[in-house]
Amino acid sequence: MNRVVITGLGIISPLGNNVEDVTASLRAGRGAIGPLTNIPIEGLNTKIGAEVRNFDPNAHFSDKQLPLLDRCAQFALAASREAIKQSGLSFRDGLGPHTATIIGSGVGGLGTLDESFHRLYAQGSKRAHPLTIPKLMISAAMSHITMEHGITGPSFTVASACASANHAMGVAFHMVRSGSVDIAVTGGTESVFTFGTIKAWEALRVMAPDTCRPFSRNRLGMVLGEGAAIVVLENRARAEARGATILGEVAGFGMSSDAADIVLPSMTGSASAMQACLTDAGLRPEDIGYINAHGTGTLANDITETKAIHAVFGDHAKKLAVSSTKSMHGHALGASGALEFAATVIGLREGFIPPTINFTEADPECDLDYVPNEARAARVEVAMSNSFAFGGHNAVLAIRR
Amino acid sequence: MANMENDIIEIVAKQAKVDGATLKADTRLSELDLQSIDIIELIFAIEDKFDIEVPYSPNDLNSAGISFETIGDLVGAVERLTAEQHAQKSV
Repeated sequence: MNRVVITGLGIISPLGNNVEDVTASLRAGRGAIGPLTNIPIEGLNTKIGAEVRNFDPNAHFSDKQLPLLDRCAQFALAASREAIKQSGLSFRDGLGPHTATIIGSGVGGLGTLDESFHRLYAQGSKRAHPLTIPKLMISAAMSHITMEHGITGPSFTVASACASANHAMGVAFHMVRSGSVDIAVTGGTESVFTFGTIKAWEALRVMAPDTCRPFSRNRLGMVLGEGAAIVVLENRARAEARGATILGEVAGFGMSSDAADIVLPSMTGSASAMQACLTDAGLRPEDIGYINAHGTGTLANDITETKAIHAVFGDHAKKLAVSSTKSMHGHALGASGALEFAATVIGLREGFIPPTINFTEADPECDLDYVPNEARAARVEVAMSNSFAFGGHNAVLAIRR
Repeated sequence: MANMENDIIEIVAKQAKVDGATLKADTRLSELDLQSIDIIELIFAIEDKFDIEVPYSPNDLNSAGISFETIGDLVGAVERLTAEQHAQKSV
């Protein structure tokens, strides 16, 4: 089997719109949760989120492109440019057919759907914009990446709610590892800030009114985020032969399904995905130095995830570092795994562990080392990144420095 | 407020899939087969029926100062919230 390395990384996120800015935010423990500015908040109980800021679509795309690009496609396309530029790859000179494009998204162009239906139902418009369908489809972001870069190999979008990006990157990893492609452009994208979406999330009663405090006893729930992270995965021998800069290695991927409840997390399901990842990577529990947790900041997730880590890691659970970067960039749903993968790769490479910020009160039921509030200098060899979705779909990646 | 109690019993009975006649003010919600998602649907149905907002968060059960233990608690909370929130609206 081939080894699989990371040769490109691109990010549009609340923590910054490129790798350098995101690195600085993660290192400083600088969160991006704040008042919502892009939608009307009158009538909402939840008036906060982690928005992508200073992203001017006109600076990235032409007037001809923009009518086709939902905000989630804009994020993915912009992030893919950074990732592919960093990889130094070009796909139009024969590499295209040997490259896969696999992107995760929870819901795709929700903003486009919302706007179109608002025009029809509320404003009495008699027609929808002719590009509504190709703009809103969940696979559109992925389609635009293939077209812009000329990537002609396997291409599809993966949807598994909040685990979408991890499933996409995991499948991409497997395809490069098996040799069915040499390269994969993968990751996740999401942008769901609309009045209707926030209302729907509020109705689930899982939203924090003020901020996200994962694993802290005074946590009040999750905070929505948005963004995209795109990575280039490449056959290691190939990357080394061309002298590419190697940002890290994907060591393993584990999946499981709770087959239990549509919203409640399961300790055994989460644990079995982490165990499957260790097995896939050929690693022992004590090889893992850091876990980027799913860590949503809800009562249920954080206790369940803590128990699952104890179950898999035994005595080593107390020795490894666990943090939730959702405390900084919010929960970007189908993109969250990609943003967290990026945070993990950056931390491994730059020699620090990103913190869990807003951690102010220890919870006896959450008794691990959550790297509270400040990034920690550390040389970690292998880390894990957890994503556990509604529906009980668990996807865990292992990343080697 | 017997009507309100009857309405709430009807909503709880529908959500818990039991005969409303078996439910009393001192029936504990924990005795019924209600998952966390059922409780959230139940609160939604109550909010819709009485046009109120119930500050219920499974992440913070004490913040609202409302007990959700028995049907009677629920009726008391809805009475209070209806009075408070409808008074605000008429101001």
